[in-house]
Amino acid sequence: MLEVKNLKKSFGDKKVLKGIDLTINRGDIIGIIGPSGCGKSTFLRCLNLLEKPDSGEVILEGDNLVDNKDLERIRRKIGMVFQQFNLFENMTVLDNITLAPTLLKVMKKGKAEKEADKLLDKVDLKDKKNNYPEELSGGQKQRVAIARSLMMKPEIMLFDEPTSALDPEMIGEVTNLMRQLAKEGMTMVIVSHEINFIKNFCTRVVFMSDGVIQEEGTSEDIFMNPKNSKLKNFLSKINNI
Amino acid sequence: MNKNKLFRNLFIILVYIFLFLPIIILILYSFNDSKMNIIFTHFTLRWYQELIHNQELLNAFSNTLIIAITSTAISTVIGTISAVGLFKYKFPGKNLINGLIYIPIVIPEIVLGISLLSVYTLSKLELGIGTILLSHIAFSIPYVITSVRSTLNPMTSQIEEAAYDLGASKLKTFWYVTLPMIFPGVVSGAALAFTLSLDDVVISYFTAGPGSNTLPLKIYSMIKTGITPDVNALSSIILLITIVVLTVATIYQTKTIQKREMAK
Repeated sequence: MLEVKNLKKSFGDKKVLKGIDLTINRGDIIGIIGPSGCGKSTFLRCLNLLEKPDSGEVILEGDNLVDNKDLERIRRKIGMVFQQFNLFENMTVLDNITLAPTLLKVMKKGKAEKEADKLLDKVDLKDKKNNYPEELSGGQKQRVAIARSLMMKPEIMLFDEPTSALDPEMIGEVTNLMRQLAKEGMTMVIVSHEINFIKNFCTRVVFMSDGVIQEEGTSEDIFMNPKNSKLKNFLSKINNI
Repeated sequence: MNKNKLFRNLFIILVYIFLFLPIIILILYSFNDSKMNIIFTHFTLRWYQELIHNQELLNAFSNTLIIAITSTAISTVIGTISAVGLFKYKFPGKNLINGLIYIPIVIPEIVLGISLLSVYTLSKLELGIGTILLSHIAFSIPYVITSVRSTLNPMTSQIEEAAYDLGASKLKTFWYVTLPMIFPGVVSGAALAFTLSLDDVVISYFTAGPGSNTLPLKIYSMIKTGITPDVNALSSIILLITIVVLTVATIYQTKTIQKREMAK
């Protein structure tokens, strides 16, 4: 469904991604782990071209996103959830959710509001629809952000450290929602420091280090039988905490 | 304790007298029957009536308004786009440009006035409303940039990314997402530009031509022959407009906050 071929990206002299290949199939839940600064987030941001790769291809259902004139239309199929939520602070929850589909003429306003009601019910925030983001807790904000992405009916969802900015007691409400999405068959790519969550939740885990994928496999492969020395080193550091 | 309180209140009263006495006197004398601004004789509305018939003063006032509104509109657009551009994009010489922006703010007005005049003379531009307008746009832009820039932060770019991811074009993102976020900075920049243009004397003095009087220039030239009470009347009207605008703005702000409180 989404195919990444030989993706490279540098910031100035620093080579962040040194040739990444990855194939994501429909329904996959892929967790990306690795030490800080190994290029996990950059890789994720390259998948919807928020970061423009220097070379390589990102192919979503046959369309190469790199240098594609129709990028804006293709991007709608890729939902992204950010660490800092990135809600539109000057709009109510309802407006946050309905802005994109009405503005991009995907839905009429009335239909968008009905759809938003359904989604807010799903993320359990129906009573907050007229509130502003500043009045919500971190967990609630992240659920609004997820609902906002879902409005565009994405084929795949990217999560860039969705729980890193949350207080510990709020992590559950976001991960539970992600579990629910998984049950419905949503394809997801998750970058997270919540190793336990990745371990229990993801169907496939990718370990990145030094700008390349060092090892890739099922959660069991990666966490129980790691082969790559860098992965072993990484896991031993985590287990020491 | 009580003595402290007394001193405190006295101090406050003195500060307020210092701030507002000149304004009160100005308003008071605009209703004074005597032509001299010394003794209050009788109450009259004569000066307001005369004002309506003082074509020269009214012309100057309308010139001032036209220049202030036009220069505010143009400098706000240019300043906002520049601030966003300077914040978002990396290009060679960016730091230099960032530093140079402050120069029109810090150099003495008289120097700016003379340099603008030399440019107009060199390029053989006829001095008049056009040159005053150009000058006002020039000195307002840095203020707008500074004001807008204060509302831009790394979060602004991150929120824009959310819009891009949802499929919005750059233009739509700017219009529906960025602009509302930086709007307070845009409004205060515009307000600053408007006030600066409205009461500018020095730069206008250098760049005005024959027949292009602005209100501050007119008042300035009138002082030489003594202030007439109709200037007091005109100033009172300007003051009234300012107070009305301020009140409306405050009510609007309070209402917005109340609306948000209600939503909670």
